[in-house]
Amino acid sequence: MSDILLTIDGKEVRAKEGTSVLGAARSAGILIPTLCHHEKLDPYGGCRLCTVEVESRGRINYVASCLYPVERNLLVRTRSEKVDRIRKVILELLLAHAPDSPQLMALAEEYGAKAERFDKESSFCILCGLCVRYCAEVKKKHAIAFVDQGPKREINFIPEIASKECWNCKECFPLCPTSYLQAAYLLTEALAFPRHAFTSASGK
Amino acid sequence: METGESCSHLREGNRLGRSGRMEVGRAMDESRINEIVDKYGGKANSVIMVLMDIQHENHWLPREVLEKVSHKLGVPLGEILHIATFYKTFSLKPQGRYEVHVCAGTSCHQRGSGKILEKVQDLIGISPGETTSDLRFSLENGSCLGCCTLGPEMVIDGVHHSNITPDDVEDILKNYT
Amino acid sequence: MTRIHSATELEEVRKGIVSKKDPNKPCVAICGGTGCLGGRESLIHAFEEEVKKQSLEGKVDVRVTGCHGFCAQGPNIVIYPEEICYVKVRPEDASEIFSQTLIGKKVVDRLVYTDPNTGKKAVHQSEIPYYKKQTRNLLGANPKIDPRSIDDYLAIGGYSSLAKALLQMTPKQVLEEVKKANLRGRGGGGFPAGLKWETARNARAELKYVICNGHEGEPGAYMDRAIFQGNPHLIIEGLIIGGYAVGAQQGFIYTRHDMPRLRENIDLALKRSEEYGFVGKNILESGFDFQIEVHLDVGIFVSGEASALMRSIEGKAPEPRPKYTRTAVKGIWDRPSNLNNVETWANVPQIIDKGADWYAGIGTERSKGTKMISLSGNIVNTGVVEVPFGTSLKEIVYDIGGGIPKGKKLKAVHFGAAMGGTLPAELIDTPLDFDVLAKLGAAIGAGGLFVMDEDTSMVSMSKFFLDFLANESCGKCVPCREGIRQMLRIFTRMSEGKGKEGDIETLEELCEVGSLASLCALGKTTSSPIRSALRFFRNEYEASIKSAEPTAERSSAANQEG
Repeated sequence: MSDILLTIDGKEVRAKEGTSVLGAARSAGILIPTLCHHEKLDPYGGCRLCTVEVESRGRINYVASCLYPVERNLLVRTRSEKVDRIRKVILELLLAHAPDSPQLMALAEEYGAKAERFDKESSFCILCGLCVRYCAEVKKKHAIAFVDQGPKREINFIPEIASKECWNCKECFPLCPTSYLQAAYLLTEALAFPRHAFTSASGK
Repeated sequence: METGESCSHLREGNRLGRSGRMEVGRAMDESRINEIVDKYGGKANSVIMVLMDIQHENHWLPREVLEKVSHKLGVPLGEILHIATFYKTFSLKPQGRYEVHVCAGTSCHQRGSGKILEKVQDLIGISPGETTSDLRFSLENGSCLGCCTLGPEMVIDGVHHSNITPDDVEDILKNYT
Repeated sequence: MTRIHSATELEEVRKGIVSKKDPNKPCVAICGGTGCLGGRESLIHAFEEEVKKQSLEGKVDVRVTGCHGFCAQGPNIVIYPEEICYVKVRPEDASEIFSQTLIGKKVVDRLVYTDPNTGKKAVHQSEIPYYKKQTRNLLGANPKIDPRSIDDYLAIGGYSSLAKALLQMTPKQVLEEVKKANLRGRGGGGFPAGLKWETARNARAELKYVICNGHEGEPGAYMDRAIFQGNPHLIIEGLIIGGYAVGAQQGFIYTRHDMPRLRENIDLALKRSEEYGFVGKNILESGFDFQIEVHLDVGIFVSGEASALMRSIEGKAPEPRPKYTRTAVKGIWDRPSNLNNVETWANVPQIIDKGADWYAGIGTERSKGTKMISLSGNIVNTGVVEVPFGTSLKEIVYDIGGGIPKGKKLKAVHFGAAMGGTLPAELIDTPLDFDVLAKLGAAIGAGGLFVMDEDTSMVSMSKFFLDFLANESCGKCVPCREGIRQMLRIFTRMSEGKGKEGDIETLEELCEVGSLASLCALGKTTSSPIRSALRFFRNEYEASIKSAEPTAERSSAANQEG
């Protein structure tokens, strides 16, 4: 694997072929905000907060840095008027769901995102997928899944699996930026767990 | 919008039911599921084709059947649920004897399909995605069917009722008992 | 049916087929397109019954063909050998057609096409303006052949391009010819097919794939179905040639699950081409192996997107992947996969047969060849037409399309459905061209041309497109999913006359972010119809904010002002 030389925010960075721009930036101490990214999980490219401006052969593009592979002579700008606007709007869209999320609030301040811009939405899940992916890729239990498409997309615990696995695990709980996950678990436990689960799994 | 006496027969339906398609709640035979799985070589990447065949034969995907498919193909149930809820072809609830599809494509919309849908909803009392309680009709108003010259149209059981007006709807539905 | 082992043998078989055909044998060619049959078999049965009734078995052929394209006048039949066209035919007409035309050799006047504008009647296809003004290089064969007969395809020269490619040209030469012809993707991307093939060809991998995208999810586009159902071998031949050029030995056909006739025709065509040896091992003794697998779509628009489609073939949910690594390099199972649209593949045999120079002689400087267009909306002649690039939209809408029904005025035309753009009536002289249309914000898309008359509200139209996208978005990325959610809230407000100050600016910002930061083309082009409407019909949007009148009335008021 050869080393690739690229420029991030004016700084020359060396990275191995196959590294993402996000990875290369981090190794050079350059901070790019993320929400759906986790070092134990495959990069997802869902939140788009890590969007950066890249210039290659005179063409400018906006890409998710968690997925975009480093290229020779790539010029990367992690902040710019457009990049900042993209991040601000993404945050505002998500704050409509979870205005109390500490992560979102911290980022909102930096990018001037206004929580009141959009009317409050009923679900405070931001569909970052950290829970679904952690359970699938790390725990390999698949106790929680995405269902439905588009604006109707949700996360659902699968009661048959969750009732057996989750009580003793709950490793995904701290990953959730909005605590929707914990609420969804409790709701599923209360309403949908098979009756036998209450004597065996949760010890109640 | 008034729905008078003349429409009540459309709502009540035939409570005696019929065999075959009408067997609600009866999940597909395990041996038949095995046949379908084997048809595609039991490969994990055939899950969509397997589900399509089951949907086509059984008209819906019962939970127990999904669990069996998950087990046989080695695909996590969560992934199967993701797929089953993602695609519109699949239904996780029993479907009616007759699937009424009111085309909602651009051209049909331009030609007044909205009013056709309203009339259908009014007559059979369900919204798109739902099934009448007597399992007679299921209603869909999805994507363009690609025969724009027939619009606005309603497709029931593969037959296109074309260039219709709201006044035609009741007579058309009467034929589907 | 025996396997063919060489080009010479192919020509012999072809000659044999042609010599056995009696050009004077009467034939009733019934258009089997959904627009004509509407899912009913009664028309076909009526003619088949009539053959029996009049004891004409073996003396008169009844053939169900693919779509003729003249949907507005359907059900369509053509009587051969005279090529008499009858329109709006009903099952009850069968006996009269038999006695009068097939036996009596007389024309049934009431079934002949009458031009609504001039009153002139036209008996033969070559006289009917709708057909006359087209250049039907692809569609022309549809009324003439039985799509279930590989022999019919061979009789019109089918698979000779395959023989030429495999036996007289190297893969690189085939590739160069397609590049020289400047065949551009017909599915909506307009990307030069030759360049995509080259990327796949140059990618280093043992296994490569070529894919035919027959999903045709764009609402109002139905030309792929017309050509695929009517002439499946044309596409199969193109796909095999593409496989040869790219170095792929496996082809995938991704087609619709909801059209039984289409599926049957494809399955049968594959079976027959395997029997003749056009698909399989050592095709025509060239040393080239090629297999084709058919996959069905599952009823969601996004699965027509290249990377999502490939996920679907892998058996996963069709979530698109960002194209940082092109699918031509890493596609299905991370192997080089060259995907092209049905119509793109359909163009390949003629390029090989007649050469890139001939092909490049049709069209404009950067848009070569012909394009199938499906007309819909407020237009008299809804149907599938085929014209060379460079034809003016005016000619398509008025001369071929027959203009606007009910004496209404044209307000706008729209390409690309929910991911496309609108052109106002003032720009009707624009030529059909990938780049000219793209610059105007109304890229040609798959070629579905939607016509809107003066009663259309552009705000309602934008909301309609957004509703479509909300139903079809996969929901993975924030700019698309949440962007659509918020844009819909604004449009709902606007269509109720409750648009707030700043709504248009919010729409514009959501459009900008969506177009830059979305994961896939669906998210990125959500903004296209809105931006396009704002470009040419901004006054309508503004009117929906200031006043309290419902949208439809406001739009006609706005039009009277501006």
